[in-house]
Amino acid sequence: MAAVHGDAHGHGHDDHHPSGIMRWVTTTNHKDIGTMYLWFSFAMFLVGGTLAMGIRAELYQPGIQILEPELFNQFTTLHGLIMVFGAIMPAFVGFANWQVPMMIGAPDMAFARMNNWSFWLLPVAATLLVGSFFVPGGAAAGGWTFYPPLSTQGGLGVDLMIFAVHILGASSIMGSINIITTILNMRAPGMTLMKMPMFVWTWLITAYLLVLVMPVLAGTVTMLLTDRHFGTSFFNAAGGGDPVMFQHIFWFFGHPEVYIMILPSFGIVSEVIPTFSRKPLFGYSSMVYATASIAILSCFVWAHHMFTAGMPTVGQLFFMYATMLIAVPTGVKVFNWTATMWRGSMTFETPMLFSIGFIFLFVIGGFSGVICAIVPIDIQVQDTYYVIAHFHYVLVSGSLFALFAGAYYWIPKWTGRMYNETLGKWHFWLSMFFFNLTFFVQHFLGLAGMPRRIPDYALQFADFNMISSIGAFGFGTTQLLFLYIMISCIRSGEKAPQKPWDGATTLEWTHLPTPAPYHSFEKPPIVN
Amino acid sequence: MSQESGHYYVPAPSTYPIIGSTALLFMGSGAALTMNKIELGYGLLGIGFAILIYMMFGWFGTVARESESGKYNAQVDVSFRWGMSWFIFSEVMFFCAFFGALFYMRNLSIPWLAEESTVLGANFWSSYAGAWPTAGPGVHEEFTPMGAWGLPAFNTMLLLTSGVTCTLAHWALKENRRDGLKKWLLATVFLGALFIACQAYEYVHAYNDLNLKLTSGAYGSTFFMLTGFHGFHVTIGTIMLLVIYFRSAAGHFTPEHHFGFEGVAWYWHFVDVVWLGLFIFVYLM
Repeated sequence: MAAVHGDAHGHGHDDHHPSGIMRWVTTTNHKDIGTMYLWFSFAMFLVGGTLAMGIRAELYQPGIQILEPELFNQFTTLHGLIMVFGAIMPAFVGFANWQVPMMIGAPDMAFARMNNWSFWLLPVAATLLVGSFFVPGGAAAGGWTFYPPLSTQGGLGVDLMIFAVHILGASSIMGSINIITTILNMRAPGMTLMKMPMFVWTWLITAYLLVLVMPVLAGTVTMLLTDRHFGTSFFNAAGGGDPVMFQHIFWFFGHPEVYIMILPSFGIVSEVIPTFSRKPLFGYSSMVYATASIAILSCFVWAHHMFTAGMPTVGQLFFMYATMLIAVPTGVKVFNWTATMWRGSMTFETPMLFSIGFIFLFVIGGFSGVICAIVPIDIQVQDTYYVIAHFHYVLVSGSLFALFAGAYYWIPKWTGRMYNETLGKWHFWLSMFFFNLTFFVQHFLGLAGMPRRIPDYALQFADFNMISSIGAFGFGTTQLLFLYIMISCIRSGEKAPQKPWDGATTLEWTHLPTPAPYHSFEKPPIVN
Repeated sequence: MSQESGHYYVPAPSTYPIIGSTALLFMGSGAALTMNKIELGYGLLGIGFAILIYMMFGWFGTVARESESGKYNAQVDVSFRWGMSWFIFSEVMFFCAFFGALFYMRNLSIPWLAEESTVLGANFWSSYAGAWPTAGPGVHEEFTPMGAWGLPAFNTMLLLTSGVTCTLAHWALKENRRDGLKKWLLATVFLGALFIACQAYEYVHAYNDLNLKLTSGAYGSTFFMLTGFHGFHVTIGTIMLLVIYFRSAAGHFTPEHHFGFEGVAWYWHFVDVVWLGLFIFVYLM
């Protein structure tokens, strides 16, 4: 494999691009667009995090202190929507933009101009969502799942949310089509599908899921809109419709959505763990098949979100067993990561710490998921803090921890500079401590019956809520440390070598200089 | 995978995406305000729509020029094929949501509402029979459902014929018979436009003569939303065909290199297939 970066510049298209703000507004470069995705998602992470701080401040003590119930509902609703659609999903697309072309040896994304639009739709949607706080009646307040009849009531804020979801959906669909096409059509010669890095595989499957379910979400919110304003009866029993039908259609989108937010993190972890164990990924092909199985199964489990909404027993049994079945391919993955580490020459740099933290905590979230899948238990814990604890274990210590692992892992390649390892480790351990402080106690609160989405609670829940709030404030503050680490890395970090991680084997480390040039792989590398 | 000579074309920086985003910002906020009866909304909606039209002219025009100047190699062509296929798949899923709603209401929620054993069926609407077509137990305006064998059957014939003329145009293009290409394309556009006109007439008929409205409960909701979104897609498809006709008249496309044509043809066949689903499940059954 000869190095190919030497001849990169000058052919085909010019290197001159607008400078200043117009560079970012008009860019068709996958690295620029990836960078914008990542900064946007971090900004949204701070907005959503601020809402979370508001929620935890109100719940610090029983009684109503800071947020009136109406505003509290808006906070929980927008916290969920912004974190899911504004922070986690765009962050993964940012990783895909940066990494997929480099990891498969492509010059750029397949549709570079559309790639720009996929990104620039996001600030529009964010403007509509965040702006809805300031319109008469305030933002949507029916929860991030916006079930009718709550969402067929409500004012202008709900409509702004509906159009924001439409635009986010368009962005996701265009981004996914771009990623699928890039992966299927632009791999370097010799890189067969079964030689692709795991991160690329997980994104291929994630993008497929996005194209499958985002249009269904668009259809759902459209029905909501016409029910609200044009007199249709989709979710209105008087007209022969059914509010429960909304839940079915929403969760047909919503459950695959859960895997959309976790599969790419499986991919990141599957890159990081082999690198720092200095061993190839254990059971590569079983990883691919497990990812595909999870994606397929995820389309047949949606009603486990609705066990208390009224469903025939046969339905409950089907969705219970189908859900528990997902634990099998997930277990394959956890086994493979562990087996990759087994007898490896392991070192524990920050990306590796976050990846191991990911495995440990994601497994806890996965197990509480299996517990929630059991119908009689779910009927007990439905809409309690047990569910909150469960999905924050998979979304925060799952998706978010993997995003941190990926950011620390690839930032040397992106910026040409190393981050501060000591501070990175502090970031990990503080996140680990405060995360568990925040969310572990919520299992107890939920089992004791504390309902979610309520600004006040009985005195018996006071101690655990105070602990949880203290943890949340600590966790939120810790993320400012991450911002500091990243900015100081970009500005004044030590120069990074081409391959700072000696166990790394993918193309961006073996074939490209550090920092990666603006245009990489104009001539594809040959993969053996 | 690239075995091509020449580089994969990566377009230069472009302002069209941000123009499109601006359009959607105006349209999104404008539509939300309009629906809440705030005057400002109409203006915003209009401005947004105008910007969107400008963006589409500019962006698609650029793509057509790039294509005609030979910038797209065979690998780019494959990308377009993948891209269009996945886009059509996403459209299929969009229609699936509405077909799903139709099946759910007909087979589950309406029978449940009519059942004596359910709370609603026993206490509120005990006289409700629940037979399709229905506006639901609480909507008390009578309506006549749309029959299948009049205009809808004629529409089915129109669209199926248009699929044939579209294919004839494609064959003509591949054999480099430019007159045949233009003639059959124009015929396809005409059939598409006629379909839209018939559909518009059907809606007027429904509102004026059958008292069938968007507000006619489950039947009205599913009837108008499914046929409405389909009609919207036919309109888009007809405009796309018209653009392809003008491009053909301007000498665009060669027998080997004409994905612009094929993409539109694929879309047209997709619209056709959706109609068959509609004809069976909305009109016939």
